[in-house]
Formats: sequence, structure tokens, C-alpha cells
Amino acid sequence: MGVTTDYVWHKDTSLAGYDLVILPGGFSYGDYLRCGAIARFSPIMQAVKEYAASGKLLLGICNGFQILCEAGLLPGALIRNRSLHFVCQHQFVRVENVTNPFLHLARTGVALRIPIAHGEGSYVADAATVRKLERENRVLLRYVDTGGAATDTANPNGSLSGIAGIVNERRNVFGLMPHPERACDPRLGSSDGRIIFESILASLGAIRADEAGAAPTTSRSLT
Amino acid sequence: MTTPAEPALTPELVAKHGLTADEYARIKSILGREPNFTELGIFSVMWSEHCSYKNSRKELRKFPTTGDRVLVKAGEENAGVIDIGDGWAVAFKMESHNHPSAVEPFQGAATGVGGIIRDIFTMGARPVFSLNSLRFGPITAPAHLDKNGGEAAKQKLSTLNPQLSTSPVATNRRLFAGVVSGIAHYGNCIGIPTIGGEIYFDESYDGNPLVNVFCLGILKHEQIARGAAKGVGNPVFYVGAETGRDGLAGAAFASRDLTEESKEDRPAVQVGDPFREKLLLEACLELLATDAVAGIQDMGAAGLTCSTCETASRGGTGVEIDLAKVPQRETGMTPYEIMLSESQERMLIIVKKGHEKTVCDIFAKWDLPYAEVGVVKDDGMMRVLNHGKVVAEIPARQLADEAPLYDREAKAKPTPPQLDLAKLPVTEGHAALLALLAHPTIASKNWVYRQYDHTVRAGTVTLPGSDAAVFLVREANKLLAATSDCNGLYCALDPRQGARIAIAEAARNLACAGATPLAVTDNLNFGNPYKPENFWQLRECVEGLAEGCRAFDAPVTGGNVSLYNESPAGSIDPTPTVGMVGLIEDERHVTVSYFQSPGDAIVLVGGFGDELGASHYLKVIHGLKVGPVPKLDFARERSIHDAILGLIKSHMVKSAHDLSEGGLGVALAECILAHPNPPTSPLGAIIDLGQTGLRADQLLFNETQGRIVLSIKPTDVATVIMLLELRGVPARRIGTVGGNFLKITADGESFAWPIAELRTAWYDSIAKAMHE
Repeated sequence: MGVTTDYVWHKDTSLAGYDLVILPGGFSYGDYLRCGAIARFSPIMQAVKEYAASGKLLLGICNGFQILCEAGLLPGALIRNRSLHFVCQHQFVRVENVTNPFLHLARTGVALRIPIAHGEGSYVADAATVRKLERENRVLLRYVDTGGAATDTANPNGSLSGIAGIVNERRNVFGLMPHPERACDPRLGSSDGRIIFESILASLGAIRADEAGAAPTTSRSLT
Repeated sequence: MTTPAEPALTPELVAKHGLTADEYARIKSILGREPNFTELGIFSVMWSEHCSYKNSRKELRKFPTTGDRVLVKAGEENAGVIDIGDGWAVAFKMESHNHPSAVEPFQGAATGVGGIIRDIFTMGARPVFSLNSLRFGPITAPAHLDKNGGEAAKQKLSTLNPQLSTSPVATNRRLFAGVVSGIAHYGNCIGIPTIGGEIYFDESYDGNPLVNVFCLGILKHEQIARGAAKGVGNPVFYVGAETGRDGLAGAAFASRDLTEESKEDRPAVQVGDPFREKLLLEACLELLATDAVAGIQDMGAAGLTCSTCETASRGGTGVEIDLAKVPQRETGMTPYEIMLSESQERMLIIVKKGHEKTVCDIFAKWDLPYAEVGVVKDDGMMRVLNHGKVVAEIPARQLADEAPLYDREAKAKPTPPQLDLAKLPVTEGHAALLALLAHPTIASKNWVYRQYDHTVRAGTVTLPGSDAAVFLVREANKLLAATSDCNGLYCALDPRQGARIAIAEAARNLACAGATPLAVTDNLNFGNPYKPENFWQLRECVEGLAEGCRAFDAPVTGGNVSLYNESPAGSIDPTPTVGMVGLIEDERHVTVSYFQSPGDAIVLVGGFGDELGASHYLKVIHGLKVGPVPKLDFARERSIHDAILGLIKSHMVKSAHDLSEGGLGVALAECILAHPNPPTSPLGAIIDLGQTGLRADQLLFNETQGRIVLSIKPTDVATVIMLLELRGVPARRIGTVGGNFLKITADGESFAWPIAELRTAWYDSIAKAMHE
């Protein structure tokens, strides 16, 4: 997408100069204890917390989402999938809210087809937290079926309310279990994930909103 | 020279190490003296079948191993390397972890994946995807519709594995679930996608599952790394995980029959740590990108023993190491234990003198243990010290490369029973197709591949479930297709023909995906070679594979031999698994196996066929494993593949699916069911086969080779049929895509299956079996 990126080493302690930080998927520290449980103690994580507190954009994908929850930057936790199996598949997720820097180019109600791949992706939080997330429109993505309905059978991991992605109160920290970076190339069957990166870049002023791609070709409008 | 704690060498101890009296005499003549206990252990693992191929090497020489694209030949290094153009190359290989998986399925399979990945990055290649080929005993009770066959098979099942308190079906499910989660664990954690493979279920694998894992890596030509100890005086480094007592003499364990006592060998199974291996992978590739490395070798089977003597042998040098310097996880390990440990995630690196700091810096950065443990010598010896005292001293080349080679006695198996079609009861076609689709060998493998991360690295173009997996290697901008194939039932009934068909089917799968074959890796799984009929099967299969490789210009780049696949009930069906990799020239040539759009015309290439012998229909529905195996004509087969590829390159093919187990009936159902993201209008099919003169079961389920179902635009039908017939390939339009049914009419008879009914049988069957 024509943006300069760097890997930041886990033992580094500064994120100075970056406009966007992504905690990607993977298996940090082997995740033997609990996903993200050790990673949150990485030396770089102090800088990540300060960075988030400064209001800059922070995106956590899959293991990155788990680390954000472990680090207390997002509420709730991600536990073992309901099936007890790792699950990898293309999954429809519905855009629930677009008044945020991560999805403002999308339309509310659009279903995006994005791969998921995780063993511990079942989102849990106490009832009050889930109510608060819903009330404040901070659930940004929800698992749905091919028709766009948030049914229990469409929920791949048992997440409460089918939650696939949430944002913090300040709307600058977004965590999601699906992998939008794996849905950015039509050759791989979907480029629906691009809308997230395009929204972020537009928010940062790196590209103008009208330069971003049109609505993803394979997504289904549900309105 | 012996340390006081070491036991005295007796003929019993020698025999316990799996060495014959002749082999022991040979060891004495190589050394010019009696070996000590450590040396005996070293010889026993290096001269095991697993490391030395002593019973199969003469046969393996029959494989074609050369070709224009071959950069590193089979047997030269850990894995062969094949040119894919523009300065890029691929390293790939398949390897078995059958015995460890039989006693400890999760770790056995996981460390199998870890081992094959190490083989690939040892070559300097970045691993980009994996496949696996698995065999288990049945996970469902026999579904035979004819009673007698079913009863007989049930009885056979209940007599197997009498030592197990649970039924064989329950044991097989446990093994299957454990192996799949072991593969998923290692592959998912290390972040290498598992994008395809194959699984068969058959009674012959009761108690002795096959776990063959494949990995492919990408590298530039100039990045090829060698496993040779070059440069006298160069320091020898040990890097990676500490050595422990796990996996002691695993190679020797893998070279014995599985017995009731095998459970006691559980310590011979290693424990894998994919996260360590991820660090090791990144550290090694970072190091190989510098100029510091003279040679590199992974520590897999036979661990430190194999890596030291093989690098010395390849380099024409000697290697001296001191075990006191080896990072150790446990205290009090003897030299014997350190040398024979198969602890995972370790490498031996020969460093160019003066570059030691580069190695230390990189491994410190990745938080991995490292130690300078020895030096390259000019005396051709593998010399092992412990605190400066010599504990083993063996000529490296003779240890690594001069294991005795045997010509085992081969005796042809009697011709198996042949099908008498007139006596075969006609089964109702409707129920038969559903039973075939629900059989775990044929059913959708989604329960398996959904547990594998198959989309990591963002390169999976064709998802699991098509004829071949297709992967975009971004750094090289190359599209690769890969498949693994082997019908063990064919090989059991006619090993040579079964092996020839395995190659042909692999090539056909690649052609259907739009790819041209590059090369082959093989995994030869057989029973105890001391049984003459088993050795005959091995020889026949090798010769069959070799014929196939020549016919498709696909040299063998390496592979693995796994013998002694026996359970108390007998030898496995011979299973020479083929892994074949192909190149797709243009992204527009990527073709999938399933129907795309309603209204498309369906064309059957290669005729109706009529060979029901050795079919899965006979096995699943009638409980019969009888011949004859279908005929195969390489010239005809190749002209069909070339014709299909020609059509694909002319953009006239919307989907292409080869006919294999279950014949035309199953293939059509799969074309309808396999789409991972089907359009809203249904993709059923209306088929009219006209007057064929065949029995319905023979027409629907025969497994005559060289046949493909295409879907094409209706406006292309005349051109496609003309182009195929010009090449002498029979083709006819048999129907149209669309509707909510698969409807087949032939010889005045009609069958119709609602898609939902087919889907339930095919898609959910394995999950149902596993959740019972």
C-alpha cells in the first residue's frame, strides 16, 4: 500500500516516530501459559502502553488482540474456542460501527469475508462490560453467517454476542481476531480486509479517503 | 578407553542394538579393535535402516534423479533443490514419523513436522508451506451394504490389537485425533501453513498409522547451504535447544517392528518445541545470509552422531567434538546418551574461522543456546571427547556411508483374487453414492484442515479440498502447486501398477490445477523387509515409481524410507507416497476442482471407463479388496494432461477435477460440494450419460485411469471437444451445472440426490465419527 513499515524488536523500548503500531498474529513466547500472557511483559510493551495513552492508533490482530487484553489496553479476555479445536476458515464478519479510525471507509452492516485462524478466540467479559461495549458502540466486528445474520452456528469460537473485534473508549486501540492482512489480495480469494488498512491510512492522512479503493468487491451489502 | 560405568559388550548387547554378528565383525574390522559401548551405540543408529537405508539403498538407485532443473540431487544433502526460474529455487522433501506417532501420536506427529522443516531451512531455504499424507485404521464401523462382507470385516477388526482394552476403532480415532492436533500444534505455532495432503483409512494400518510430512522452502540459487565440514581448523558450533535424554536412539526404534512392547519405547519419542524451532529457523536464516558459515546440518535422526559424521564424510575431513561443551538440559548424561539423544531443535554449524562472533551475536539475539564444541580436522575421523578424554573414535566416511547394503530376498505375492462381475450383486446406486461420500477416505477432510492454519503467510491461493494446493510465493512471485498421492489398495493388489498410478494421479492433479510437474519426493512405507513378500513389494513399487517419474520428466529429489510398518495383525498395505510439486506459469492458469457457475457445460474427458477392480466401491460397499487394478498407459495419460493444460492456458477451463476413488459418481458430487464460497445460485448438475451398456454401479464407480471432469462455458463446448479429439483424447459433454440436485440419467435409469443430502454425507462424516 506504499507505506514504510519496520519490525520493532521485542527488547526495544521506544516507539518514537511511528504513526501506527500493529501487534500482529503469531504465537508470542510459545504461548504455553496463556495466549499473550508472557508477551505483555516484553520490554516493548511499556512503550506500547504509553503510545496508546498518547492517543495514537494501535491495532492488535489475533495474538495481538490477546496481548492487548492481557495488557489491559482492551477489556475482557480470549479463551479456548468452544470446539476445543484450533479453527482456520474464511469467516464473514459484520461491520457494526464505522465512527472510528479503523473502519470509517466501510458501511455499517457490510459483511466482510476474512480468514480466522486461532485456538483461543472466544471473547469473554463480565456482563456489565459486554453491555457497556454494546451501549457505547465499541463492538466493531461481529461473526455472521453468509446471509449476514449473527447466529450461534455462525459463531466459530463461542465468543459472547459473537464479538470478533472491539475498540477502546478513546477509539484508538482496536483488537480483532480475524486476519485482515490475509484478505488483501484478490488472488487469495478475498480483499475485504483492505478496507481496514485503507481506513487507517486515510485517518492518518497518508492517503485521502477518495483515493482508497471502492467498497470491497466480494462483500455483501446487508442494508 | 571405556569409562568405568559402561557395560561390557556381549553378543546379547550387540543384538539388542539391532546389529547382526556380521555387522559387528565389520565394525571391528573398520576400527581394528573392539568398539566401546558409546561406539556400539553410534554404529547402531548410523547403521539402522532409518539412517543407512541398508535394505533399500540399492533399490533407490533406480530412481531418475537428474534433470535440467535439478540444482542439488537426491541424497547429496538434506533435501533436493529444484530451479524454478528467475534465480529462484525450491527445496522440498517428505519424511515419515510413523513409529513415534503409533506410540505417542501428538508428539510423534509434531516432531515429524519439526524435523522436516529443519531439513528445509538447513538448505538455506525459507519454509513456505507443508503438506501431510496420513493413514489410519478405520474410524467408523464398516458401512458395507452387503451383510456378509461387513460381518467378516467386523470380525477381523475385533481380532486386531487384542492387547488394547478399547476397540480398534476407538484406538484409531485416538491416533487420528492426536496426529492431527500434533501437526496442527507444530505447524500453527511456527507459522508455516499446512495447505493440503491426503488421508486414507484402512484396516491394514490398524495400530501402525502412517504420518508422512512434507515441507517446501524457497531460496535464491546462491543461497544453497551445504552440510559439509569444509576447511580444516574451522570451529564447529552447536546451536539450538539443550540436549536431553528424550528420543534416545529413535532412529533405531524406527527400524524395528512395532510390538506390544513398543509402548515401553515411549522415551524414544521426542518432545517438540515449535517456538524454539521458530527462533532457530530465524537465527539460522539470518546467519546463512552472512558469510560466516562453511557448512550446516540439522540434528534429526541420530542427533549429534549423524550430524558430525555426515558433515565430516561430505567434507572429506574429520570432526572432533568435546561433549563437555554441549549445552545439556539434564545432569549426569553419559557420552552414549549425549551422542544418541534425539532432542529436537538443534543444529551443527561449521563456522569459517574468524567469524565466530557473528554466530554468537546472532544466537544471543534470538535467545538460543550456542557453544563452540569442536573443530574440523584433516584425519577423516569422527573423534568424540568428554572433558578432553577420547570416548569414541571412528572413521567418519565408513560410519556415515559404508553401512552394509543388502539385497533382501524378494518373493512375489500370489496373484490376489480377481473380481467376477457377474457374481457381484448390483447395489442400489442412490445409497451406494451416499455411503461412498460418507466413507472417511472419500469424505471432506474439513474436520482436519480447519485445525491447520492454512492461510498464514498470506499465500494460499487454492484452499485445501481441491485437487492440488496452490501457493503464491510472494518473495519470488511464483505460483506453486503441490499434491500428495498414493492409493495403498492398488499397491496391495499390484504394487508396481499402484506405484505407477500414484505418480500418474499426482501429475493429473497438478494438470487439473494448471501446473506442470517439476519434481517428486517420495516416502516409501513398507513392512519388515526381511519378509520376502514385503521386499518384493518395495522393489516393485520403486520400479513403478521410477517408470512414472521418467514418463512425466519429474526426477526424484529425495525422500524417506520407512520399513518395519507392522502391527500384531501383519504388514501394512505397501504405501509409496508421492509428493509432487508443479509450477503454474501465470496466475490466470490457476484452476480449481469445483464447479463455478450455473449454466456451465460439464465435459467428461477420457471416456466412461469400466474397470471396477480394486475400486473403493468394492471395498466400501462390498467389503472386497480384489483386483485387477486399473490399467495405465503413460503415453495416453500424458497426452490427456498436456491437452488439459493446453485448454487451461487458452482460458477455456472453469474447473477441472480428476476421477479417483469412487469414480465418476464421487467426482461429480465433489465438483458440486467442494466450493469454499459458493455463489447464491446452487451448483448442482443434470447429467445424461446416454446408452453406455454398463451396469449402473460399474458406470458410476469404476476407477479407470486418465479421466477428468471439466466445467466450461457452454459456448466453448464444440471447440474444447474438437481440441481434445485432435490430440486423440476422447471427450463428450455429459451435462450442465445448476439446480439443487445431482441428477444422473444413464441407460434408461435415473438417480437424483438433493445437494443437502450429498453435503451431509460428505461434509460432516468425519466430524460425526470423531464426536461419537
